[in-house]
Amino acid sequence: MTTTAHDYDSPVQDRDIFAGATDVKPARVYFDQGTDWQRIVADQAERPDETMVVNLGPQHPSTHGVLRLVLELQGERVMSMRPSIGFLHTGIEKNCEVKTWTQGVAFITRANYVASIFNEAVYCMAVEKLLGITDQIPTRAKVLRVMVMEVNRIASHMTAVGTGGLELQASSVAEVSLREREMCLEFLQAVTGARMNNAYIRPGGVANDLPSDGIERLRELIDWLDKHIGEIGEFFTENPIFRSRTSGVGYLDLPSCMALGATGPILRATGYPWDMRKMQPYCDYETYDFDVVTWDSCDAYGRYRVRLGEMFESVKILRQCLERLEATQGEPCMVADKKIAWPASLALGPDGQGNSNEHIKHIMGESMEALIHHFKIVTEGFKVPAGQAYQAIENVSGELGCHVVSDGGTRPYRVHLRDPGFNHMQLLPALCEGGWLADVIPAIASIDPVMGGVDR
Amino acid sequence: MTQDPSSATEVAATEAAGAPAVFVAPASPYLPFGERQGMWGKTSPDTSGYGGQVHHAEWPGRAVQPFGGWFDAVADRMNELVPGFSTGAVYIWRGDITFHVVADKLVELCRALRDDAQLRFEFMPSVSGVHYPNDAGAELHVVYQLMSYTHNRRITLEVTCPDANPHIPSVVDVYPMANYHERETWDMFGVIFDGHPSLTRILNPDDWVGHPQRKDYPVGGVPIEYKGAVVPPPESRRSY
Repeated sequence: MTTTAHDYDSPVQDRDIFAGATDVKPARVYFDQGTDWQRIVADQAERPDETMVVNLGPQHPSTHGVLRLVLELQGERVMSMRPSIGFLHTGIEKNCEVKTWTQGVAFITRANYVASIFNEAVYCMAVEKLLGITDQIPTRAKVLRVMVMEVNRIASHMTAVGTGGLELQASSVAEVSLREREMCLEFLQAVTGARMNNAYIRPGGVANDLPSDGIERLRELIDWLDKHIGEIGEFFTENPIFRSRTSGVGYLDLPSCMALGATGPILRATGYPWDMRKMQPYCDYETYDFDVVTWDSCDAYGRYRVRLGEMFESVKILRQCLERLEATQGEPCMVADKKIAWPASLALGPDGQGNSNEHIKHIMGESMEALIHHFKIVTEGFKVPAGQAYQAIENVSGELGCHVVSDGGTRPYRVHLRDPGFNHMQLLPALCEGGWLADVIPAIASIDPVMGGVDR
Repeated sequence: MTQDPSSATEVAATEAAGAPAVFVAPASPYLPFGERQGMWGKTSPDTSGYGGQVHHAEWPGRAVQPFGGWFDAVADRMNELVPGFSTGAVYIWRGDITFHVVADKLVELCRALRDDAQLRFEFMPSVSGVHYPNDAGAELHVVYQLMSYTHNRRITLEVTCPDANPHIPSVVDVYPMANYHERETWDMFGVIFDGHPSLTRILNPDDWVGHPQRKDYPVGGVPIEYKGAVVPPPESRRSY
């Protein structure tokens, strides 16, 4: 090697080859591309008192999505942390503006993809509020909404707890959680036709009624979950390693939650029983018997306990859904107003999907008016009176809000999703600064951010 | 399509009752969306014969006191603590109340809303921008949602600024939780929140050009060719 050539393979560099012309020149830069990490450690060991800036990510820390954290470390101590987000920004809100109100559901559901049903629910409820038809939604549609939301809540909490465990190297609990989540997703697939990104809840009601074996499947799911959710608790609740890794980690008390806008399990882990399902009920939640789970330790362990308890409460709600679904069999699950309701009724065809044969026969062979109506409402959509509305619901990690604006046309003028994960990214410095590097990971897991929702 | 809501008589009625007419009804209807022509907007060649149709979507729910329920107590208290906060416009629509706020009074008002025992709006869940290119002099709107844990209530604040001078004071000092939400509104709409501790882009890359959720920023779809015909990109298709 000549003396003038730059040794790009060396992990220790005297200049940052990626820096811009105006960037401040650091004293020493390390690269770990294809080189030995030991050389970096050995070199840095000589100056342990110096602050080191480390990029954690952009990568996929377990299933949360692509997140980058800029950490300033002194040894193993986190001196400062800045979350950097936006890697999963897909322009969902902007795309909604060129689609009809109904088509928007298929975009919105892709925001927080682990708890996708909630995105659909809040969007449809906001649209219904703007239409002024909130009180016309049939009872059975509301029961079906509650049912899929609570199944989704269990599935999402399973993911949160399971991958949270995986991040602490507890792989067996992740296997159990993902197995239970799979049971939930299989049920959702049977009801909605898709494991995730369901687009099941539509403005006015839901896309289709339960399948013929829906009640039976729900009963089996409830029995299964009743028996198996406790297994997660057996793994974690008294586990000394899990307790020591999560107790006192990611501490955030009630005043800090109030200042930083924390909601959901983070807020309830401070002992404050705030749950939108109780405090500002929607979808008839006030008529269901369930408890708001709280814990008083303000830390990652408390958030785990809240999630565990909420899964049991969700099963309790599902059991009440089962009774109501049996009582309302045959009732409509879409609003009666034909100018809003989606005209086609979906049915399972030989190819696994499709419109019902009766509906096709009716519009193609019997009624010209029905065909025109079908064509107009599917291609044009329905008009929503001008104005704006904000609807909030309790999703798995806190207040999920939807702000919609209509100019009186068939497309949204503006859709904004207030995802709790986006707000909770602000908490990370408060949770992690001053703590150990190893505690950063359980702290992230405890707020359960899903980057699809954070970045939208 | 538009109707005059006979505003003069309503103001007169309020004043006659002895209440100060802080929240006044407008002389003319509020039309932030501008004019809409034809059946399918301007982008489509219209052969239906309805091309001359002109439509104005009026902003609904303009309200004067009494608003009803707890709305009056909150509105009066806000006015007592921060006189002149209101532009005069209050909208009650689908059960929600929205106060249009003078930008200069926003931070003072938020502090009062958060700290006063009768108001106690401790939580600002959402800050959302909306771009109205046809609302001359107030093209950019910022909509703040507020919630009170103490009283279990929600209100909405709306502040406008002109496109030519897109400045609105930041409320991060009062509501630290608004930090990321204001950054997102800057990123997506180009609203500059004065006093924000670090107003940088948040969802788009740092070197991104433009503010994507403004109405003058195209979605960027490409025309789709199929069997010789071309389907235009979504933003230039008909809208009904």
